[in-house]
Amino acid sequence: MDSVAAAPMGDYGAFVRTEPGGASTIDVAVKGAHCANCLGKIESGVKAIVGVTDARLNLSTGRLHVAWRANPAVPKAVLERLSALGYQAAPFEAAASLQADAREGRDLLRYLAVAGFGTVFVVGLTDAVWYGGGDMSAATRNLFFGLAAAISVPVSLFAAQPFFGSAMKALAKRQTNMDVPISLAILLSLALSLYQTAIHAQHTYFDAAVMLAFLLLIGRYLDFRLRDRARSAAQHLVTLQSVLARRLKANGDIETVAARELVAGDRVLLAVGERVPADGTLEEPTEADISLITGESMPVALGAGATLLAGSIVVGRPVVLRATARVENSLVADLARLLEAGQQTRSVYVRLADRAARAYVPFVTVASLLVFAGWIAFAAPLSTALTNAIAVLIITCPCALGLAVPAVQIVATGRLFERGVFVKSGDALERLAEVDTAVFDKTGTLTLGTPVLENGADISGATLEAAARLARGSRHPLARALAAAAGAGPAETGLREVAGCGLESTVDGKITRLGNAAWCGMEGVAQGGELWFRDGDAPPVRFLFRDHIHPETRATLADLAARHIAIEMLTGDHAQPAARIAAQAGILHWQADVGPKDKAARMQALRAQGHRVLMVGDGINDAGALALAHVSIAPGSAADVSQHAADLVLRGNSMAPIVEAVDVARKARRLVLQNFAFAAVYNIAAIPLAAFGLVTPLIAALAMAASSLVVTLNALRLARRAG
Amino acid sequence: MDGMAVLIAAALGFGLVSLGLLLWSLNSSQYDDLDGAASRILLDDAADDV
Repeated sequence: MDSVAAAPMGDYGAFVRTEPGGASTIDVAVKGAHCANCLGKIESGVKAIVGVTDARLNLSTGRLHVAWRANPAVPKAVLERLSALGYQAAPFEAAASLQADAREGRDLLRYLAVAGFGTVFVVGLTDAVWYGGGDMSAATRNLFFGLAAAISVPVSLFAAQPFFGSAMKALAKRQTNMDVPISLAILLSLALSLYQTAIHAQHTYFDAAVMLAFLLLIGRYLDFRLRDRARSAAQHLVTLQSVLARRLKANGDIETVAARELVAGDRVLLAVGERVPADGTLEEPTEADISLITGESMPVALGAGATLLAGSIVVGRPVVLRATARVENSLVADLARLLEAGQQTRSVYVRLADRAARAYVPFVTVASLLVFAGWIAFAAPLSTALTNAIAVLIITCPCALGLAVPAVQIVATGRLFERGVFVKSGDALERLAEVDTAVFDKTGTLTLGTPVLENGADISGATLEAAARLARGSRHPLARALAAAAGAGPAETGLREVAGCGLESTVDGKITRLGNAAWCGMEGVAQGGELWFRDGDAPPVRFLFRDHIHPETRATLADLAARHIAIEMLTGDHAQPAARIAAQAGILHWQADVGPKDKAARMQALRAQGHRVLMVGDGINDAGALALAHVSIAPGSAADVSQHAADLVLRGNSMAPIVEAVDVARKARRLVLQNFAFAAVYNIAAIPLAAFGLVTPLIAALAMAASSLVVTLNALRLARRAG
Repeated sequence: MDGMAVLIAAALGFGLVSLGLLLWSLNSSQYDDLDGAASRILLDDAADDV
């Protein structure tokens, strides 16, 4: 019966890139490679394939790069070799956005390196003047300043490009952001210092310009790393779960393509356990797990011609599916609209740093203008007024602010990463810290998502073992659950599996059967979620199965409640199993038979009441609600559309890390606010000094470095308190 | 004064060389996989040729 499932994989043409030299390359996501041993095994194993010229595994990203010549069977051989070595693997799509991200990171590092070089030299030259100023001849001082100018002008102009670019973009839209005062401070301190050097004055701010660029680039790079790491982790998960389809060509050949390349009318092979890549109609009967779509916890039987939606998992037997067009009123189209609506509401959220910038930019600009006006009013020379106004801009430059948020967030996400929580963006943490209500999906989120034998106590051990001998030979989820309940043991040989009915074996002329009620001679009593067992002429025995609550669910929900978060459950499953799970989990507020639109509507209702809602769900029917919630979490087993919609993705299926995520998010928020408070106090203290011309360049440089250090050390407290 | 000129020139020269080396190592992807580099050192060279 496995002949369809075991059919050979196709050519993977959609994933192969052709390099200019004639070589072909493919990138493969590999799961579970973490050590030198895996690295050696995988690389030497893949290199042994005929035609492969290079195989290099990136252990940090889990991505294997393979290059080969003149052997079109290589991609298939690579995936088979990886599978034989015991690693789950899937090919990456050749996306251009990835290379753009890599370039952005490399550019930032390059700017950082140049700025670091400039800082060391310029600070060395200018500090020599500040410390040795008395003993130094005017000629030496002028030489030092001249050298500092020759280094800091090109270095600053090169390294500060990210700030200039972002400031220009904001100004073009007639807005301001944090990069506007940063760019101003860098440019003005360079200009002022060049002027001071030209007139052989005692003070210049070359060191401030390069140091500003250097310290702020550190913050910028941390921010990039955070986004990059979370994004590549999420992408890795999605790739490993995807979304390949084995398409039957007209001539009977099979080719492997990305699911979204399927068009209406394509015939797709589905193996047992495979996720359905596109909506379609069945050519043969089978059974499917549709829990990701409806929340239904038990597999359903489907006849030939029945509709099977993308995201279902085939559990009965291998079948051929004929893909259908995605019409306007299909489930998928509805979900796409819900997702879009959610992303629009989400984009209204303003990050903490941007809120600080909105208050900060006008304040600093006005302060330096006032200082300038004040000095002019008291009849000071123009150059003195200008110098002091610029000094205000330089010393209040948001070094600490630029580091305050990324430093905390990189430490927070790093800590959560180790616990198996991928945070997809920094503001997701900010939103998570504000949550007061948590809404959970049931199947696969609060529950294990797999059936467990319920009435084992009513069944004799001998009957259970006899039934298990049949069940061990099947891959049907209910049969597996029965086998699991009975424990290890021998499997019946000579089994016959009848699609849509069950299993049968004949020993010494006596027929034993395991399957649905009709198969075992019990007409009209079927309930679903059950198997019947008939041993010869003895009366059939019923095995009842139910989805069980995850062992950690109750404790997790209690922990969340202790953090003043109200709990709700929304499920597409029927009222009876929902009531049972709600009672076991200790949930008071729940609704059953809730469709995707109703879930989204509930999100909007809660939002309208002023609640900040955390949505946790794994199903395709949850995706709209995930996108609409204030912040959302999807378990690792979730459908990929849900993982896309969610802000945080858990590595496993346990909900326990959610509690830690909430704790870390709240602590991170507290630390960010502390950092802002520190920056505010520092600026309020520094402005009067700068305004009255008391800030020498040495003091400005020390203050800048010290404030950045304080902010970074404060962020590190989050890592140290890890329990 | 002459000594200082030599020292400054030497320091700048060293600095520029190390900056150049750093940029070169960046460009040749040496920072793309730090975990892999740490593990690769444990592998026997011969393993590559098997």
